[in-house]
Amino acid sequence: MSIGTVPLKFRVTIDNKQCMACARCVENCSYGVFRMENGVVRVSPRHCVACHRCLAMCPRDAISIEERPVDYRSHPLWTTDVKEAIFNQARTGKIIVGGMGNALPYPVIFDRLVLDACQVTNPSIDPLREPMELRTYLGKKPSHLDLLTKINGDVELISTLVPNLKLETPIMIGHMSYGAISLNAQTSLAKAVNEIGTFMGTGEGGLHESLYPYQGNMIVQVASGRFGVDINYLERGAAIEIKIGQGAKPGIGGHLPGEKVNREVSVTRMIPEGSDAISPAPHHDIYSIEDLKQLVRGLKEATEWKKPVFVKIAAVHNSAAIAAGIARSSADAIVIDGFRGGTGAAPRVFRDHVGIPVEAAIASVDAKLRQQGIRNEVSIIASGGIRESADVAKIIALGADAVYIGTAALIALGCRVCGTCNRGVCAWGIATQRPDLVKRLDPETGSKQVANLIHGWTDELAELMGAAGINSIESLRGNRDRLRSYMLDEALMTVLDVKSVGA
Amino acid sequence: MDKIEIDAKELHYTPLNQQIRKAVHEGAKEITIRNIMGQRFIADGLKGGVSLFLHGVAGGDLGMFMSGPDITLYGNADHAPGNTMDAGTIAIHGSAGDAVAHSMRGGKVFVRDTIGYRGGIHMKQYLDKRPVLVIGGSARSFLGEYMAGGLILVLRRTPDAMNDERGIGSGIHGGEIFIRGKIDNNCVGVGTKKDPCSGDEIARIIPLIHEFAEKFGVDPAPFLKSEYTRISPASARPFANKYTWE
Ligand code: SF4
Ligand code: SF4
Repeated sequence: MSIGTVPLKFRVTIDNKQCMACARCVENCSYGVFRMENGVVRVSPRHCVACHRCLAMCPRDAISIEERPVDYRSHPLWTTDVKEAIFNQARTGKIIVGGMGNALPYPVIFDRLVLDACQVTNPSIDPLREPMELRTYLGKKPSHLDLLTKINGDVELISTLVPNLKLETPIMIGHMSYGAISLNAQTSLAKAVNEIGTFMGTGEGGLHESLYPYQGNMIVQVASGRFGVDINYLERGAAIEIKIGQGAKPGIGGHLPGEKVNREVSVTRMIPEGSDAISPAPHHDIYSIEDLKQLVRGLKEATEWKKPVFVKIAAVHNSAAIAAGIARSSADAIVIDGFRGGTGAAPRVFRDHVGIPVEAAIASVDAKLRQQGIRNEVSIIASGGIRESADVAKIIALGADAVYIGTAALIALGCRVCGTCNRGVCAWGIATQRPDLVKRLDPETGSKQVANLIHGWTDELAELMGAAGINSIESLRGNRDRLRSYMLDEALMTVLDVKSVGA
Repeated sequence: MDKIEIDAKELHYTPLNQQIRKAVHEGAKEITIRNIMGQRFIADGLKGGVSLFLHGVAGGDLGMFMSGPDITLYGNADHAPGNTMDAGTIAIHGSAGDAVAHSMRGGKVFVRDTIGYRGGIHMKQYLDKRPVLVIGGSARSFLGEYMAGGLILVLRRTPDAMNDERGIGSGIHGGEIFIRGKIDNNCVGVGTKKDPCSGDEIARIIPLIHEFAEKFGVDPAPFLKSEYTRISPASARPFANKYTWE
């Protein structure tokens, strides 16, 4: 073949002075890198994806993995990735698909924003001593309240309030479906949100029976394929989310390959075992904002107006105008999924090139809704690329009510962001349905780790707020005065509505 | 009280549905609703073994997410009756709009006359749940698009109706579409297979023809004597060869 072999992605070496030939690496690697030959470990480094399962399990620190041990001639334009994508397509003539989020080194806006703290004139608050209010309510807020004062002086509320979701922290876990991730992974997340008092999304895969005990913390998703959607599913969820788009692949549908549809997955998705689950690009009953309103109301009517309905869109150029339409559709919250959002599988060209960063999208959506006087009609949830508590604080200051985390929660379960979720052999038991691999993830331990993460972030958020003299998340929301931009251009500063450092 | 009557005149769909639910809850077996004037979402998410007799024109999403009831509509329906329906029957004595039986996963929808675009789009089946859509007249383009399971039968009372419709079954990866008479190659969508119907296959649609004839009081004979075209997936995995991993 004329292209021949391309250089190794990873070199795997075993230090034979350290190795005790226990064969744990052989057992643990689901990508087939290791084998035992005459009592010695041999490697096939070409199979390595750097998921680090072997490193984590080796009792002797005998394994080392080096990225790109062989360089191509460096070139600023014809990079390794570009060249290898061309080789791939020259061979196959197909669309390249990859896992996890955007892989291009775009600048991260979060890292160009700094937070404020009090000095002298307004004292900071000590979260250990003073109550900090992180409780968040998602859903419509009335624009005004009608009250009736009775003769005896009692005041009665006449306005009817619509149901809201009550979160003990503004951090939720986004939609990762059963099928894309394992049941043990979903169970770990479900136990964690239940313990913390927050919510998680089911993804477009239905709700497995074993998760019914956690249904009070689950947001059930309705996507274009309508997989797993029936009245039972809708009634079980604490809220319902209509998925219009996804940050990792805006504008296109989803596709769970038949290999991942085993018996259990087929039960929750309600499709035959081994068949492809194809979600069309649009919902074919939604071709306009008016149609979206029809589905929002259809879902509310089916569940007797007892549940908030969220609408999730990918962050794209005109998100703000779209959000203004959604805010008028009877929806209770809008989820904006930025272009760094992760996914099990997305065409590389979409993952890397379509959509906009969540920071800019949230700021413009919040501004647009305020301009139009309808910010109270919907809550705003930010997702896609939230890495740490500082990102949470910053995005709330840019106008979000709450965030969804996805990849961060998986990392708390052991994920190394190796980006090969699509292969279905995740060595950490997360993005796989293979029973022997799924078993590696213990939901008890997993849920503790995820709960610890959210707990740690929530405490950090309280500290950040206290330092800024803020004792309630409500006062941080949209509070751009507590942000400064560091080396952002003026156009972006206008969009974000933040001043420069020093100003 | 087994039988209940509801007057829908000037009633918004939410209170209308509340009255229906209340009646079902109280054990009604037959509910007749008069003066329906385009109310949407009638019987949305409704469960149970009740029969509904609707008089008037039903708005969009009639019987959406419905699981069990039996609806007879004397009049036309707007778009998407049977949307994501789970179980039960809808019989429409008239015509219906676009996206009829959208994503339907179980039960049966019968439309006496014609339907709009994208009928039966993304219908799917699972175990014993096998949705059925029967159309007495004709359907517009993109019938059974993205279909993943179930059965669509078009009886085409006027035989040359549908000659100009396009994209029938495009992206179909499960289930089958039966159309009375012949269909031009230009009319079927990508990823489809089009064959004349065999005896076994005809046997699957005969009970549906009888059910249709009985529901709408028409003579089944001409339908039973006819030839049918069957449109089915060329592959259960239409996209399997489109992608390569990074
Ligand atoms: S896990 Fe470590 S010590 Fe055990 S065989 Fe592999 S390299 Fe050697
Ligand atoms: S979840 Fe995906 S990215 Fe993470 S370790 Fe597993 S296969 Fe790799």
